[in-house]
Amino acid sequence: MTSISMTVNGRPISAEVEPRTLLVEFLRENLHLTGTHVGCDTSQCGACVVHLDGAAVKSCTMLAVQADGGAVTTIEGLAPAGRLHPMQEAFREHHGLQCGFCTPGMIMTAVDMVARLGTELDETTIRENLDGNLCRCTGYHNIVKAVAAGAHAMNPAALAAE
Amino acid sequence: MYAFDYQRPSALDEAVALLRDLDEPKVLAGGQTLLPTLKQRLAQPGSLVDLSRIPGLSGIERRGEGLFIGAMARHAQVATSPLVQEVIPALAELAGMIGDPAVRNRGTLGGSIANNDPTADYPAACLGLGASIVTNARTLVADDFFTGLFETALGEDELVVGVEFPAPARAGYAKFRNPASRYAMAGAFVAQMADGVRVAITGAGQGGVFRWAEAEEALHADFRPESIAELTLDASDIMSDLHGSADYRAQLVKVMTLRALVAALR
Ligand SMILES: Cc1cc2nc3c(=O)[nH]c(=O)nc-3n(C[C@H](O)[C@H](O)[C@H](O)COP(=O)(O)OP(=O)(O)OC[C@H]3O[C@@H](n4cnc5c(N)ncnc54)[C@H](O)[C@@H]3O)c2cc1C
Ligand code: FES
Ligand code: FES
Repeated sequence: MTSISMTVNGRPISAEVEPRTLLVEFLRENLHLTGTHVGCDTSQCGACVVHLDGAAVKSCTMLAVQADGGAVTTIEGLAPAGRLHPMQEAFREHHGLQCGFCTPGMIMTAVDMVARLGTELDETTIRENLDGNLCRCTGYHNIVKAVAAGAHAMNPAALAAE
Repeated sequence: MYAFDYQRPSALDEAVALLRDLDEPKVLAGGQTLLPTLKQRLAQPGSLVDLSRIPGLSGIERRGEGLFIGAMARHAQVATSPLVQEVIPALAELAGMIGDPAVRNRGTLGGSIANNDPTADYPAACLGLGASIVTNARTLVADDFFTGLFETALGEDELVVGVEFPAPARAGYAKFRNPASRYAMAGAFVAQMADGVRVAITGAGQGGVFRWAEAEEALHADFRPESIAELTLDASDIMSDLHGSADYRAQLVKVMTLRALVAALR
């Protein structure tokens, strides 16, 4: 067993884990943060995307020990309890989900996109940057609309007007 | 995954000593190839030696006319580096075409070339630019480093420390992606260097990345698309699998070489 500590959604966590524990297993099974999903065995679907030190990573393709000392944000940590983050709100408003399985990964990827590329995103940019996120239901069209609207709503000017 | 021990050395010589002394050790860099392999139980290392906390392995700096990029530089870091964009823009573009944003946030230059996947992108840049691979023990030219499918000249306890990329006069990279895996079905890196033209092909060769000598000669004589318009690549050493036959790939290689050339001339 190896000792690790990290912050998860702002909360300091320390634990003993087997080195082979994936970050996603640690989040779901040890911390009971089941918003992060596992959709594949091949690192391709993006259902497991979380942020590590502000960057989107596939938590199924990372060991918990590799996140030692880092700051992890999951879908549960995007907004205070009972409220929705502007990107979550946009997915609801624009029907960016059907079964919802891919949605946490889509939203974490979308928020990372805004951090890297700004709040005004065109369709091509959004589609390119959703390359690592698969959805079996929606056909992506409304996801792309939701990301554009959610990104725009994250503009500080839009937030201030709220 | 099978169980393994985990080591996180804080210095390069400590990492090398661990590789020498541990039972069945394996280096862990970004994990974007190794962890999927372990999840499928295709490998059973005794220990993983994580390079991520060794200081100084991820820098990007000018070296003479060219660049030195540390083994632990992430794909996203290379893709967005103003220095790489200025000195070798084709290399920044190539790094930005690898996988998807989350893969690029973790995957590293050293991991990609040490793995030498026949469909990976960085081996084409190293061979196409005539880069030198710097290890803890020696410096190898790319032509001697990539030795076959998933094979390199690295010894058991040898680590990639970084890569020296000479600056080209002009260079371009073009890749036809497999839409499912995002790896190259065929990719071409074309570079006009001080001493001639180099054309490196990935995604297609049965023995991994290779140089297309006829295209190099023709482009050395005249660096224009017309020079290679009549060439065909001999398909006898080209991969054939469910994604495409050898003849199909040979044709794709030519199209990608033309596109890389057009990108270099931009
Ligand atoms: C969904 C997905 C899509 C991808 N698409 C592409 C793509 O389009 N093009 C592409 O080129 N790649 C692609 N990759 C692979 C990706 O680029 C990997 O990051 C890369 O191949 C390996 O780098 P890593 O740092 O993740 O290495 P790891 O997975 O940590 O290691 C890979 C191998 O190299 C060894 N190693 C690592 N670092 C060193 C070192 N410094 N010295 C010696 N040995 C070392 C390890 O022991 C291991 O055997 C993709 C991966 C995924 C999951
Ligand atoms: S579960 Fe992580 S990429 Fe599919
Ligand atoms: S909404 Fe069902 S997988 Fe995307």
